[in-house]
Amino acid sequence: MKPALTARQAGLLSCHVCGQLAQAPLDANQRSRCPRCAAPLHQRKPASINTTWALLVAAALLYLPANLLPIMVTSSPVNHQVDTIMSGVIFLWRDGQWPLALVVFFASVVVPLLKILALVYLTASVQMRSRHRVMQRARLYRVVEFVGRWSMLDIYVITLLVALVQFRGLATVDAGPAAVAFGAVIVLTMFAALTFDPRLIWDPLTDSETADHD
Amino acid sequence: MPADSPNPPAPLVACHECDLLQHDVPIAPGETARCVRCGAELARNPPDSLDRTLAYTLTAAILYVLANAFPLIGLELQGRYAEVTLFAAVRNLWHIGMQPVSALVFVTAQLFPLLEMLMILLVLVPLRLGRRSPRLVAFFRLVLSVRPWGMMEVFLLGMLVSLVKLAHSGSVILGTAFWATAALILILTLAGRAFDRRVLWRMSHPEGA
Repeated sequence: MKPALTARQAGLLSCHVCGQLAQAPLDANQRSRCPRCAAPLHQRKPASINTTWALLVAAALLYLPANLLPIMVTSSPVNHQVDTIMSGVIFLWRDGQWPLALVVFFASVVVPLLKILALVYLTASVQMRSRHRVMQRARLYRVVEFVGRWSMLDIYVITLLVALVQFRGLATVDAGPAAVAFGAVIVLTMFAALTFDPRLIWDPLTDSETADHD
Repeated sequence: MPADSPNPPAPLVACHECDLLQHDVPIAPGETARCVRCGAELARNPPDSLDRTLAYTLTAAILYVLANAFPLIGLELQGRYAEVTLFAAVRNLWHIGMQPVSALVFVTAQLFPLLEMLMILLVLVPLRLGRRSPRLVAFFRLVLSVRPWGMMEVFLLGMLVSLVKLAHSGSVILGTAFWATAALILILTLAGRAFDRRVLWRMSHPEGA
């Protein structure tokens, strides 16, 4: 089998929009654009590791208020209930609506947490130029990319309930401050997944091959 | 040693997930080419891509109008009735001091899905009419940057969760917009499957590869 050759080793840049291959400029700092679709070309996403770290730290910090502060306040003449994300899940569970409780638990609690942890693991392993479990990490990144959007679930539920349940004297629903923090966690982790460059996972493999040949 | 490398030969393609160079082999209609190393999708060849994508996207645009013009959900509680459209819900969040959340919902459930549909039509309709311009291709970049932020399918699940939560307090009525949104997501999925972005490069640069 021929040794694997990456575009970077061949001195080529591949356009992330149209896939066109173009010769990399001699000066690495020189900006170049795709000859076919004029998109900016980069060998790898610029400052990928640092940007991803910054976004992850911000997301991890905001994950706390998102889960500790109230997200929804329900009022009726007989009770006044202040819910965090988790207490809302427990309420659904005790109410016998456990399939719904599970959906909300996964979308709002598990997915954001696992997404942050998975991206921390991916970014750290890439920074240490790990050559272990490359395929598994590539798959993990695909899962993270796909699953992150589903965390928006609770935001949409609150949007609808707050708009619909405004019966003064009977029942009202209001949004709590955790909604803002939670929305920020989702946006930050989505940007973190977008700034992470999955090609960095594979780079250590081919780097060592070139070293061996030299 | 980039200085010595020859001009890129046409039949090569780099995997966008692992950067491996491999031959851009022709694929039969309906088939998908995957990276030999990491399994990422390299290319697809959906049949009749341009016509089918146009048909689905036009259908989606009509459904989008319905999904936004009519109420999503209605709720009746002890003789009182309330119903809500998507935009009314967004506006309500804005007025109660949740501007960042309101903006996030507006962008992900309303604005970006609309922009994506309009931009695809703006690119594909001239192509279908035989007008070829590299500007269209450059414009297509915007579609790709908007795409990850459209989350209508999550919004549909959000509606379902809201329904179950509300079913306790009163009688819930599914509005026209609920069904339009459900149909819209189905059609958008079909449109996504039918679309082959390579049509753009092939038709805009017929002299190229």
